[in-house]
Order: sequence, then structure tokens, then C-alpha cells
Amino acid sequence: MTRNGKAWIFGDNISTDLIAPGRLFHLRSNLPELAKHVLEDADPEFASKVQKGDFVIGGSNFGLGSSREHAPTIIEIAGVSAVVAKSFARIFYRNSINVGLPVIQCDTSEIEAGDELELDLAAGTLKNVTKDFTLTFPPLPGIMRTILNDGGLVKHLQKHGDFNINAE
Amino acid sequence: MGLTLAEKILNEHTDENVRAGELAIVRVDVCLTQDGTGPLAVRQLEKLDMVKAANPERTVLFIDHAAPSPRKELANDHMLLREFAKKTGAKLSDIGDGVCHQVIHESHLKPGDVLVGADSHTCMGGAMCAFSTGMGSTDVAVAIALGKTWLKIPETVRVNIEGELSNGVYAKDLILHIIGLITADGATYKALEFGGSTIDNMPHYERMVLSNMAVEAGAKTGLIASDDKTKEWLESQGRGDDFRAIAPDADAVYERVVEIDAATVAPIVAFPHRVDNVKTIDDAKGEKIDQVFIGTCTNGRLEDLRVAAAILKGKKRHPDTRLIVVPASRKIYGQALEEGLLTIFNDAGASINSSGCGPCVGVHQGILGDGEKCLSTMNRNFQGRMGNTEGFIMLASPATCAATALAGVIADPREVL
Repeated sequence: MTRNGKAWIFGDNISTDLIAPGRLFHLRSNLPELAKHVLEDADPEFASKVQKGDFVIGGSNFGLGSSREHAPTIIEIAGVSAVVAKSFARIFYRNSINVGLPVIQCDTSEIEAGDELELDLAAGTLKNVTKDFTLTFPPLPGIMRTILNDGGLVKHLQKHGDFNINAE
Repeated sequence: MGLTLAEKILNEHTDENVRAGELAIVRVDVCLTQDGTGPLAVRQLEKLDMVKAANPERTVLFIDHAAPSPRKELANDHMLLREFAKKTGAKLSDIGDGVCHQVIHESHLKPGDVLVGADSHTCMGGAMCAFSTGMGSTDVAVAIALGKTWLKIPETVRVNIEGELSNGVYAKDLILHIIGLITADGATYKALEFGGSTIDNMPHYERMVLSNMAVEAGAKTGLIASDDKTKEWLESQGRGDDFRAIAPDADAVYERVVEIDAATVAPIVAFPHRVDNVKTIDDAKGEKIDQVFIGTCTNGRLEDLRVAAAILKGKKRHPDTRLIVVPASRKIYGQALEEGLLTIFNDAGASINSSGCGPCVGVHQGILGDGEKCLSTMNRNFQGRMGNTEGFIMLASPATCAATALAGVIADPREVL
């Protein structure tokens, strides 16, 4: 199964404060409303114009900062196919898998705003249809792949009743 | 081959022997959430039909970020947390009790524990030689209910610091110096381990600053061996019996070793909008500052307030520079009250708020105006952090902050100490 959409370009060091800012703290228990502001402090147009299937393309250390799981959650609610970045901050990366949002680590420097992308998670490929090149990325380690395939940590536990560290 | 602190502690919490790089199910001793992450954790447990705490005595729900509540939505979130604590027997730390990381350190954490917290600065527990790491709401929710989590055993970056810090230079300057050197993602996915003669001689409350900011280099935790200094501090909290000495093996395997000469570290200021964007005080001073904030889990301890009060005593803040002081916990608030420190701050023209995160999260108690600059003892200066993307945040020690409050511009604390 592939996921297709347009690229939205963000730079290095996109913090969780830019994705889900503290000034909107009061919306954290109203995630659909918070999602209307996703990444607005990094790109004011993104939240209103993003289409289902589009990709968030970052530079290095994407998602640094707070442990707020609301950050990847509202990116997922916005319909984003995946976040693709040169590198990720640890907590954001783990949270993304837990909420069922694919996070892909690869060299994003040749991707430009509006490029049509096609992601094949199982094959480990991200094709830039507009520029006609394909990036490859290694599979997630064991349990993370299972949790993502199950649709996140809540669904993983509903399915297995416990952590299933060795599932394939 | 020997073990790092991370490997040692985690091996005590797994069924099989594990080494760096391996995945493992790890038993969790202590869990914490705060009011920004706790409500989602509670709702995830409701969804999983697992509204329970495996270890209620060591599960603590904090209301510290937006406390007291500035809005009805958050007041409702607080109600949800109080109700969950009642239902499960988990501990509640309510408004004014203090910042989660400070209170968990004062009252709950022991050397050798595994702590998972739904807050990124949970890594401060590393100063207790507890494997302490920040995770999201769902991960911590599951740890609360099942008493375990999964982890990749991290590789460790050892930071050896030798020699004496100069007068006017504190752990805050040291950690900003280190992060400037290894950068904001220099330890991503890894554990930091601080050691060397500087650390051996460093009081526990200063070690807490180093561990607190480990995540600002991307690290999973920031561990320090437990020793006499740890024991003294636990005794000062009435918990001497909780002490146990843990040290890494002499032949532990590190991913890399960073060597720091403490004598070369000057007072440091981190400039907007990155923690690793550091300047020494000579290059920083003279910058006009609109607001000074002294507090947080990083630097809101009694000893920090003493340093600031010694500088501010009998003086007034600069008329164009606001000063906000927030003790990190109720215990510290009480001690500062008793010692007369709060009177000194009040007489100097400070606004003193009840214990908690204060303006650090950008939700209340000191949001910046457009174009305003704040010098703060916080751990993070990201754009928008203090509630306004048009604000500018700089980070420094309590001494530099106090000196700056008097001068109205960034000032060298060594000139007023």
C-alpha cells in the first residue's frame, strides 16, 4: 500500500513548541480543535491548506523539546501521511509511532515544496514523483514496527493484551 | 567488559542481561504525569479499560504547569486528574506543591530506580542515579497500569569534567557550555553520564541542573553516580535510608568520552532560539532585557534563590526590567519565606508566584510581549516557549539573572557577587 501527497517543507529544529504551542495548552483536551493550529507557528498557512495524504518534510532534530504527545497526534489528525526528516528528537519519534504516525529518517535535502511524493512503508521507499528519484530507508526496529503496524500503542495493547516485543 | 550506569540500573529491572543497543521490557518503579500530559494519559487508560495503577504509592499526578488554573478548560483537566488519583490510589501533587521533577526528587526517587515521566525534563532524576526518562502520555499511561515499559538500552556518552569552576560560574553555565560544545542533538537516543573530579565535589542540588538539561542535548537521561553528596542530600530531605551507592564499572564501554576543563568555563548565556546557541558573558553583556525570570525545575531551588537574593539584597530591580521569582516547590517556598529571601525579592520589586512551572510553559504568569526579551533560569529558549513567537528567550544562571535584573541589561554576575 502506498501513501501519496504533496511535500510541505520545514527547516531544522522544529520544536514541539512550534507544532503544538504552549499558548494553546487549553486545547489539549480538544485535539480536533488543536489540530486546526498544527504547525501554525512554523508555517501559518499549513494548517488550513494541508490536504489528506500530504507529507511534512523536516531537516535535522525534528520534534525536539517537550514530551507532549499532542504534537504528533495533531499532525496525524491533519491527515499527514508521514513526517520525513534528516533526524528526529527521541521522544517525538517514539510518540509518533505510539499514535500511528509514520516517521521516516532519510536525507530530505532534495525535496522541494509541492513535490509529489509516494511512500511505500513496507518496501522502505519514498519516491519523489515530481523529480523522479527514490529515497530508501531502513525498517523500524522490532517492536516499533509492530506498534506502528497495529495502528499505535493503544491498538497494540488491545490486540496483544501486553507488549509484544518479538512480534513480526 | 564493564557496565555503564544506564546498563547497571536497567539490568536490575529486566529478566535477562542486557547491553547497550538491545531492546528490553523494563520494570518501572516510579511514574509521573503533569497537567499538560496527564489528562491524555488518563483518557488512554480509559480507552484501554485499564484505569489502575500497578504501584499507586509511587505513581504521582502533578498539577504544576497551569497551576492554579488560568482557564476553565484547564480547571476541568485538573478535575480529571484529581478524580483518577482518588479512583486508583495514585498520589496527587496539587497546585502550589511544586514542579514535578523537584517534588519527585525531594519525596519519592531513590538511587537505582527506573522513573518514566510524561514530561521531557524527567531526566533530572538521573542526578539521583535513577534511570529517569521522559515519554509521551500513552507510554507513561501504560507504565502506570502495567508497571513496565519497553526500552532500547542506550549507549552512553561519558562527560568527564575535571577541576574547579571559577567564582560566579555554576552548574548552569557548565551544562550550557557542554550543550554548546556537543550541540542540541549531540546525544540523541543516548544516555549522558557525568563524572570526574568536578562532579565528585559538586553539591547534589547543582548536579540536578546538569541532569535536568540532558534532554537539551537530545539525551534519554543524564546519569550521575550516587555517592556521599547524594546521601547528604537525601538526609537533608529526611530520606537518608533511601540511599545506596551506585557507580559505573571502571571498564564500562562508552560510545564516546567528552573531556571538559572546568576552569575554562565562564558564565554563559544561551541566545534565541536554541539552547546550543551559547555566548560567554563577555559577548552577551549589554543586551537590554525586559523580563527576568528566576525559577523552574532547572534553577528554582533554595540555593539558587539564596544566590539571587544575595545579589538583590537592599537593591531595586531596574525600572524597565520586570522580575519574576517562582520557588520550585512548596518546601523551598517555605524555606525561602523563613530565611527572609522572599522579603528580599519583594523589596527588590519582584513578582513572586506560587510554586510550579510559572511562565516557563507559556500558558500564564509572564507571557512575553511582541519583541520583548527575557533572561531566564529556564532550560529551554525555543521560539514561542513563553507564549509568544515574537518574544525572545535567553538562558543563564540565577546569579547572571539577578545581576541582570539590577542592571536592566545582561550583566556579569562576577561584578556584583
